[in-house]
Formats: sequence, structure tokens, C-alpha cells
Amino acid sequence: MKLENSQLLRFTTAGSVDDGKSTLIGRLLYDSKSIFEDQLSAIEKTSIRKGHEGLDLALFTDGLRDEREQGITIDVAYRYFATPKRKFIIADTPGHIQYTRNMVTGASTANAAIILIDARNGVVEQTKRHSFIASLLQISHVLVCINKMDLVDYSEEAFNNIVAQYESLSSKMLIKDVRYIPISALNGDNVVNRSTNMDWYMGAPLLHELETLHISSDLNKVDARFPVQTVLRPQREGYLDYRGYAGRIASGIFRPNDEITVLPSGFSSRIKSIDTEKGSLEEAFAPMSVSITLEDDIDISRGDMIVRAKNRPESTQDIEVMLCWLNDAPARSRTKYSILHTSNEQKAMIKEIVYKVDINSFDRNTEDKSLNMNDICRAKIRTTKPLMIDAYRDNRVTGSIILVDDATNETVAAGMIITQ
Amino acid sequence: MSKYYLNYLDELESEAIFILREVFAKFERPVILFSGGKDSILVTHLAKKAFHPAKLPFELLHVDTGHNFPETIEFRDTLVNHLDAQLIVGSVQKSIDEGRVAEEKGKNATRNALQITTLLDTIEEYKIDCAIGGARRDEEKSRAKERFFSHRDEFGQWDPKNQRPELWNMFNGKHFEGEHFRAFPISNWTEMDVWHYLLREKIELPSLYFAHEREVVWRNDSWIPNSKFLKLNDKDVIQKKRIRFRTLGDITITGGIESDADTIEKIAAEVAAMRQTERGNRADDKRSETAMEDRKREGYF
Repeated sequence: MKLENSQLLRFTTAGSVDDGKSTLIGRLLYDSKSIFEDQLSAIEKTSIRKGHEGLDLALFTDGLRDEREQGITIDVAYRYFATPKRKFIIADTPGHIQYTRNMVTGASTANAAIILIDARNGVVEQTKRHSFIASLLQISHVLVCINKMDLVDYSEEAFNNIVAQYESLSSKMLIKDVRYIPISALNGDNVVNRSTNMDWYMGAPLLHELETLHISSDLNKVDARFPVQTVLRPQREGYLDYRGYAGRIASGIFRPNDEITVLPSGFSSRIKSIDTEKGSLEEAFAPMSVSITLEDDIDISRGDMIVRAKNRPESTQDIEVMLCWLNDAPARSRTKYSILHTSNEQKAMIKEIVYKVDINSFDRNTEDKSLNMNDICRAKIRTTKPLMIDAYRDNRVTGSIILVDDATNETVAAGMIITQ
Repeated sequence: MSKYYLNYLDELESEAIFILREVFAKFERPVILFSGGKDSILVTHLAKKAFHPAKLPFELLHVDTGHNFPETIEFRDTLVNHLDAQLIVGSVQKSIDEGRVAEEKGKNATRNALQITTLLDTIEEYKIDCAIGGARRDEEKSRAKERFFSHRDEFGQWDPKNQRPELWNMFNGKHFEGEHFRAFPISNWTEMDVWHYLLREKIELPSLYFAHEREVVWRNDSWIPNSKFLKLNDKDVIQKKRIRFRTLGDITITGGIESDADTIEKIAAEVAAMRQTERGNRADDKRSETAMEDRKREGYF
């Protein structure tokens, strides 16, 4: 298989067993020959033992003992497959409202989302929820798969009605690219191979869309941001004066001789070299891991950010975020949490819950000020020291934060930064 | 297409380097769990890259079952020497001698599960707060649920139902004294990715991965190498076969496959056509449907 030039596409799916999500994933893996014989025979054995008719592909997508027993997806599971065109990572998440936090987690790294709609039922509450999360996490591409077309006689009218329903829904949200595909995951129509049952559909099958989605322009190449992870100071012959700032480029492009500013100190310098173990580079871009050396000796440490002198992020102690609460224990007011933002860590307090969002109806609630597990709200946060932020809309890396409860060390919230 | 994109191997490499640097920044005494297998060799290689031109900032920890392939130990020592790294060896034999664990009984007895105690004892003894492993999510169903930063309680246990959510690329390594973390920088790599990368980077591997003649017996649907540690029974027939190993572990349970692949190129081609997962030849995973999950909960790699 020639994969040298192929890209990695990360996509997320959400749903419960009934929607045919597991069947769809099973179909993608099976038809792309990514299920191995020993896995298949293990599933066959279990299917027979549990008295299922035929092969229960849901068993393949569920991993933990409890999930297999209950026949549901609880935690995010990652699946891998490749075609000659691309490599894929699926973040397979549950669809039920009580697992919103897991859907948010799965969506956080995805380039694309698959939203499954049962052709018999059309847009339902779950569709709205999944779409809201895709929009909240700014997933650039949404593939709406209208499934179980075999159960509506492969009707073009049924398909068009659902497309119209979804259009009116998605117009309220921020999704850049929506595509619609009529499929039957069970029979394989328009999943990997083009269906012969729906001649009226002019588009491509799902896998073809996944293989060709244009994702390289999704990355921010304008705002050069380099959060410093650690400083490399080799204590060895030939490198005694070397002082490299190690990190992964969050966005934008850096080149030797670029004028840069180090934040929060504000000191300026020029890039001397951009190094990797294989040698120095003429230019480097996101998401490359490199080490940068500067012309001047400046005090830089973990948590600092190197940016282009003429394009700086906002430096502020007051941030406004869309916050998703992830923990059993509700948010406490007037309590300090640790806030993690790129390689920077500070303390922070939730100052105000502006409104909560009902993710089924999109209604805003300004009365309820509690924040419980799976709740999503707009909140104002004050940090002890300034953070160097961008809007999440422009930059997933410098626009996201998590909160950690120091009493339990657990990750309790995830936030997407809003700037005016 | 724009030139500003990484191919999948470069993206996976960059992600792994990012994670290794996060581990270095967030923990006091991180080590690399080194088994001598290809995945731990890969992780060590990536760690070297992540900190170049500085020295590898991690010690290597080898949990030695005592039932080794001699080739693995030789390879380990050469690599440690070459990297000028520190090696910590946790010995299962010592755990047995000290009465911390007892050998399994029965004809399929192995020292696989005994490694857990030795590993956790070593982590405690050296006050290790993060053990970096080469586990991948594509290997096995419970590993598909692993985090990059995976918390272990004071008993070294994994609680899969209570894992910390891991969003974007933000890792929470906070822990109380006595607890530790496991970090898995190559979580997102598949077996094919590993081989393609080893090939591209020309990384040296133990000779066991390449096709060679060896005395073997047929057990649990795979060729188990004959060694002084193997308890033979009446039904076992020792044969000579040309085989290679897809994974390396305890010599008594690591099954080989018949193969003529004697270069990484040939191995990559063979793996691409393979219809069995690599752990399909590991007797330790065949004991039950949730064998790996159960061991992982206890503190296994």
C-alpha cells in the first residue's frame, strides 16, 4: 500500500446501537478489510453464545467488559483503518445525553463528524444534540448520513424531506461544510460502494467523501503561534551554547530570520534556526514538533509563547468561554481551579455563568446558575496571570482550555474561548 | 494540494514527540518501559528525537521475566550503551525468590501475570511517577479506550470507567503521592504505521523479528519456541521451522509465524497482507475475552 503522501483524517461518530452507528463503523472496517480473522472469529463466537442472529458488529466496536454486557458505548473508543488514499482515526462516542462529555471529548480532535439520521424518523432530538456539539467544537465538515434507506424503499422524496429538515437546523449553527448521503449501513449502500438502488443520488459514497474531503486548508496558517514546552540545553561537547525551545507549532508558519516576540515578557528577537533531529528547516508549520533557537539570549521557559512580532494573540486575565462541565461534582463558585491553556498553567475562578444552553432545543437559560455534569454554558473566567489567547473559532490550540479540580486532580471542564 | 500539510507518519511522529515532551515537563521521574520489542524500541527512538541534541532524559525500565530470548537482552544492552542511558531492571525471579509472587501452576503456566507485581514494586522502589509505554489502541479492545496520559491509583490499578476526559492535546498529569501515570505516545499508531516508520527511519531491530530457523512446538495455534524454560509434554513434537515473531515477550508464550520475510520491507509487505492481529499469537490474550482488560486493571502494561 502506497501511503507516503497520504494524510490523516480524524472523524467522530456519535450514536447508540439502534441508529446503526456500530453497523456503519463495522461496515467501513469490514469493507476496507480492516477487521482481522481472529477478531471476526471472536465476535462470531460471542454472537452465537449470546443468541444473536448473524454477526453482531456492535461487539466489535465496544471494548470494556461493562459495555459488552450492556450492549452500549460508554467511553470514547478509537478505531483505525486505512485505504490507499488516506488513513483514518475514528473517535467512536456514545450518543445519549448522559454522555455529552464523551461526545465533546471525541469531537475535540476531529476534522469531520458523521451524523446519522434514521430515514424513518428524520431529524430527532439526538440529531440536534450531535449537530450542536459538532458546531460547538467547530468541526469543519459534517457528513449527514441518512441511514436505513432500505426501510423507506430507497425513496428520493424521503431523503429530500430530511435534507430540508436538516438545512433549517444547520442554518442556526456554525458548520462550514455539510454534505448529505443516503445510505444503508446494513446492506452497504453508498458506504464503501455506490448503491445500485438509488440511481437518483448523484453524489459519492461515504468512504469516497472521507477520502477526498479537503482538510489541509482547515489548519490556521496565518497566526504563527509556538507554545514552549521545554528548553533544550544539551550538556555535551559541540552543543554547550545550544539553547533550543522545544514545542509543537500550534498554527501558522515560522522561518529563520522571522522577527518574533516572546509572550508574556514582550521581548523581541529573530529566529536563528528551526531544528529537528534530522537537521535544520527552511520553514516549519503546524502541527510540526521542532526546536527553535533565537539570535538573542532571552529568558524563556515552559508556558511562554513565541509569536510573530506583528501578529499577537490577546493577553488577558478575563476570558469568556463556552464551557462543558465534565465531572460528577458540580462547579463551585468562588473556588480556584487550575486552568491549563497550551503549555501554560495558572489558577482561575468562574466569575459568572452568563447562560446555560439546552442542547436539545438550543434554548438559553439565564436563570439557572448551577453547572452539573454534561451542562454546557457560556461563562466568564478570571485567571491569576494573563493567558495568551485566540478565539477557538480561529485556533483550536490557543483557543481551548481545561479546568482541573485541585482537590481531586480530575479534569472537570473543557472550554472554548470566545473573543469579541 | 497545499505544501503545508504533513503526511500521516510525520503527523504521528510529531504527536508522539509532543507527548514525550509533555511527560518530561510534567513528571519528576519518568521512565520508558523497555521490553526489547519493536514498540518500545520505537518509543525510545522517538524520545531521542524529541530531545535532540540533548541526551535522552528518561531511564529505561525493563521488567525481566527471567524467560528471555537471549537476543532481546543482547539488543537491550547494546542500545542502552549506545544511548548512554540508565537501565533499571525489575526481576520477576527476584519477586518469586522473595515470596512476593508464586509461579503459576498447570501446563500453560507463564510468568506473564507475575510481571505486574514486579513492575509495581519497581515503580514504588524508584519513586517513578510516570512509566512511558509502547501500547497502541489498535492492538486490543481494552487498549482502544486508553488515554495518552493514563492514571494509576496508589495500588497501581487502572479504573477504565473512571478515566479523566482527554480533550484536544491537553494532558492532565496531576496526581497524589504514591499514584503514578502511564503515558502512551504511540497510542494512535497501527501495526502498519510502526513498520512503515521503522522502515523509513532505518531503525535497528532484534534479529527475532526477521525470518530464521528455530526449534518450535505447535501450541494454541502458533509456533512456540523451544527453550530451557518450556515445559514439554508428551504430545509436543519439536520441529524445525523458518519463522519470525510479530511481537516479542516472554519466550514461553510468544508464538512465531512461518515466514520468509528477512528484511523490514518484506515484513511490511507481509503485515499488509496479514489476516490475523499481531496479538493473535499471544497465549496471554487468549485466556478469556477480557484477559487484557483484567490484567490492565491490575496494573499491567
